[in-house]
Amino acid sequence: MPAPSPSARPISRLKPTKPVSLPEGMENREGHELLGSQIIWESLVREGVDTLFGYPGGAIMPSYDTLIQYPIHHVLVRHEQGASHMADGYARASGRVGVCVATSGPGATNLVTGIATAMMDSVPMVCVTGQVPSTAIGTDAFQETDITGVTLPITKHTYLVTRPEDIAPAIHEAFYVAQSGRPGPVLVDITKDAQQQACTFTWDPSPVVMPGYRPNHTPKPGDLRQALDMIAQAKRPIIFCGQGVVRAEATQALTELVEKTNIPVACTLLGLGGFPATHDRNLGMMGMHGESWVNTAIQEADLILALGMRFDDRVTGNLKNYALNAKKIHVELDPAEINKNVAVDCPLIGDVRDVVQQWLPRVKAQPMGDWLKRIDALKGDSAVRDIQQLPDTGKLYAAHVIHDLYRYTEGNALVVTDVGQHQMWEAQYYKHDHPRKLITSGGLGTMGFALPAAMGAKFAKPDENVWIVVGDGGFQMTACELTTCAQENLKVNIAIINNGFLGMVRQWQEFFYGGRYVATPMKSPDFVKLAEAHGLKGMRVTERAEVKTTVEAAHAEPGTVVVDFRVIQEDSVFPMVPSGADLGDMIRRPEQTTHTGGKHNPIFETGQDK
Amino acid sequence: MPPKTRDPSGAQNMTQSTENKEETSSSGDSAPTPSSAPPSVPPTGPAPAPTRSHTFVVHVEDIPGVLNRVSSLFRRRNYNIDSLTVSRTHQEGVSRMTVVVQADDDKAKRIEANLYKLVNVLRVDNISDEPAVVRDLALIKVRATPEQRSQILTVCEVFRARVLDVSPRSVVVEMSGTREKINGLLDVLEPFGLVELVQSGVIGMARGADHTGASLPPTRKSIHVA
Repeated sequence: MPAPSPSARPISRLKPTKPVSLPEGMENREGHELLGSQIIWESLVREGVDTLFGYPGGAIMPSYDTLIQYPIHHVLVRHEQGASHMADGYARASGRVGVCVATSGPGATNLVTGIATAMMDSVPMVCVTGQVPSTAIGTDAFQETDITGVTLPITKHTYLVTRPEDIAPAIHEAFYVAQSGRPGPVLVDITKDAQQQACTFTWDPSPVVMPGYRPNHTPKPGDLRQALDMIAQAKRPIIFCGQGVVRAEATQALTELVEKTNIPVACTLLGLGGFPATHDRNLGMMGMHGESWVNTAIQEADLILALGMRFDDRVTGNLKNYALNAKKIHVELDPAEINKNVAVDCPLIGDVRDVVQQWLPRVKAQPMGDWLKRIDALKGDSAVRDIQQLPDTGKLYAAHVIHDLYRYTEGNALVVTDVGQHQMWEAQYYKHDHPRKLITSGGLGTMGFALPAAMGAKFAKPDENVWIVVGDGGFQMTACELTTCAQENLKVNIAIINNGFLGMVRQWQEFFYGGRYVATPMKSPDFVKLAEAHGLKGMRVTERAEVKTTVEAAHAEPGTVVVDFRVIQEDSVFPMVPSGADLGDMIRRPEQTTHTGGKHNPIFETGQDK
Repeated sequence: MPPKTRDPSGAQNMTQSTENKEETSSSGDSAPTPSSAPPSVPPTGPAPAPTRSHTFVVHVEDIPGVLNRVSSLFRRRNYNIDSLTVSRTHQEGVSRMTVVVQADDDKAKRIEANLYKLVNVLRVDNISDEPAVVRDLALIKVRATPEQRSQILTVCEVFRARVLDVSPRSVVVEMSGTREKINGLLDVLEPFGLVELVQSGVIGMARGADHTGASLPPTRKSIHVA
């Protein structure tokens, strides 16, 4: 693996810092004597921030006091975890840096889950926290927490700022670090006295110089050529589309590559949308709940072309028997990911779009006929029947809900999912043709993520039709943010896939723990009434026939809508690679008769309608 | 005395052949314990790569919290530190660490890459395979009756150690050298009775005219943040 060479001149994908263009009507106060609390907002405005998510408290109060002087929309959350997820959703939907604000101590620690979520999924985010006065640090002062220490392993970088003159450079650097290279969350902890003291405000808009920080890499030309040779020689190649494709905005380039070479594509969970789902060469999602033909194709492939992904254990299954027939090309921006889980033959450390674009003129159409036929044969007996065509049995399956949602939103919704069964069903049945249209917590698997992340996404993309797909369990973790929706007059649509269980855990209990449902049956409040209590619209769906009208009614409603989909309770996500098993060794969808006693059950259908 | 710190057992077979690339994600795999249940499928994957001692010279920005960031990285990634030392350098704003880690060659590369990901790390050099001087400093307090003292002094002379302090019932010996050499002295002194032992940890430097990390990036105007 090539170590990053400090002398390499990287190609920078980072947009150069914009020349300061202050919002109209805002006075330029550079050179003025300003309070630290004002400098925070001056800096954020100059970084292009117009919306942020936060919650006030003692150590950040001086800054909240000056916030009204600035053209920044502050969204008051109900719990700081919501603020960090909203900043995350804002960043994932827009590609810009999301910002959240909290006070010291509990305010800061409540951000932690959201910061860890952003770190695992490489989301650019800046968290500003208040800290006790610098003179009180280390005294166990009221609401003192060493938040830079707490978040050190789950951030890309942290700053503790104790002087007003350091606030602007720290925030400028934080934004640069957060969004450059492999993005990630950065925390800026600012003491109360730094907020209260004044200094002359200066803003240096020039690009940040950090001697030790090398965010960009370019692969060696020889390695690029080697990869091209490997591609040209491959008989059974497969492309992996990871989140790096979305982040590098490489969808167009990847589509050209695929159309030129005919190589089929498998997506990771976070790569969904990076390559159009309805494209002929798109096989679908790989991994633990990927379709069996995708995983089998991976096991049979002779070349894996992994683009912007990190061979997570949910993607590989048992590493010892993972894709043993395949040579591997790994295009990845983070050198530390190379050979971490899977040994690769040709690592290309660099930006996915740069690499693919350099390949484009040099790849040729390859005869993939036999390989594509083989994959089609694999599909033959395992593809789930196009559930649109299946008769309504009067029961409500989660797969129906997701599929119908896909149809009635015309595949154009920005979907935000939580974590669990519904997340996998969404990934299987909602086909995303565009990047940044699916937002989900992949790496950390954070329940409670969906609602606040979707709210952040809606602030970033107010014109999008935002649908939240969430379980009854995860929804209740952050349901307090419903009232934030009401206060902000925010329009999001919430589809609660309510099965009365912590479904994914229940499924594991059924499969691997002798069917002992310990702590998974879950009583929920009446979600319709809960919505109404917040002044929002609530609806309930118990039959498939009602899905269409309900989706239409939700779209017609100006405010946030909560739809309680009462799906059948003990449904499982198929197919599945059990934890630690080989990738090709999947639990398939049960036969129609065995699982349901001969009753027609569309989820267990096999064979594909065309 | 050759300054190599390399463990001879790991010296052979350092090529990047596929056989040598182990899957390191499941850290338990490299050292199967007898108590663990036998795997249902015999592993067909590559065999574990040999582990050896790697010495990294790490130049970092001299600002608060950097040592914490480096040590936290090693803890978080489950890398086992044998030795870590840090001190200022002749360049203002630059500190230098010497870190000794047990790792296979592939993991060593990832350690290097992960160190580079720390924003305050200026440069990382793995000097394990380079001609280098590597030294540790030990202070050893050993029991010594007046009759034994001359014996101990003779031993010290052989090892090029120095006696720093003599009391009626003990002496304090200073010894600098490689770990192996210090251990050699300790073996000889042990029968007299070791009272106290402190070691500084390993520091290292490549031989030759060049500065280890010659192309150190210029330091920047420091902002007072941690």
